[in-house]
Amino acid sequence: MTMEVNYMPGTLALTEATYYILLSLYRPRHGYGIMQQTEELSGGRVRLAAGTLYGALNTLCDKGWIVLKTMDEDSRRKEYLLTDKGREILINEVKRLKELARNGEMILGEEL
Amino acid sequence: MTRWFWVWQFEKEEEWLNEMAASGWALESVGFCRYTFVRCEPGEYTVRTEMHPYDDQYVKFMEETGAEYVGRMMMWIYFRKRTEDGVFDLYSDIDSKISHLDRIGKVLLAIGGANLIIGMVNSWNPSVRLGWINLLCATLLMYGLGRIHGKKEALEKERELHE
Repeated sequence: MTMEVNYMPGTLALTEATYYILLSLYRPRHGYGIMQQTEELSGGRVRLAAGTLYGALNTLCDKGWIVLKTMDEDSRRKEYLLTDKGREILINEVKRLKELARNGEMILGEEL
Repeated sequence: MTRWFWVWQFEKEEEWLNEMAASGWALESVGFCRYTFVRCEPGEYTVRTEMHPYDDQYVKFMEETGAEYVGRMMMWIYFRKRTEDGVFDLYSDIDSKISHLDRIGKVLLAIGGANLIIGMVNSWNPSVRLGWINLLCATLLMYGLGRIHGKKEALEKERELHE
């Protein structure tokens, strides 16, 4: 049994992995670079495992949220980059997260 | 060293391989139920295994992140990484763990289904006396599928609250 929640179209939550991958790809990066950037941004809290990242990169490419840039010429590693569509998704997600944080602060304000 | 693990015991297998690494034996290559180890510093390596279809790009990707490809036994692929190079996991969220279990489930279903059909056809054919072997295989594979499904359900339950 799964919990059904109805969202307005286009406001489905991203997973933390997806969110940090998209955020990391604001600048072109290769796989290992995404893992490092995610760990750094989250202060070590979010660690992307390589298998998870590999699957997510393929899915995000298929969706057109990121593209395979060219090969990094020095190391011959694949580099990825956020697309306009991906940027839009990311901006909407930040708005959604702000709403969550705002409501949490409003209700728990004194306890935080 | 030879050792047998059922398909639903892949986590146990991984645990055992890491115990070996912790006691100074690093996995060097794999064969059918056969594991070859070489001496290493105790705890020098972390070992991981998963079911993954043949994919050159994936192995290359893993190597870029600092993992070493140890070998492949049919659908199962083995990696190791130096412990000092950081935590080594293959899957870090519930969704990707579930899709890994789905992948295992699909393979079990395909092989189990084929064995079931072959077994039934052979059982009806009086000149073939070995149909029961296929039926036994099918039963075992379906049992495995059940175990994998159980793991998946537990993760899905967790996903109702967390990601």
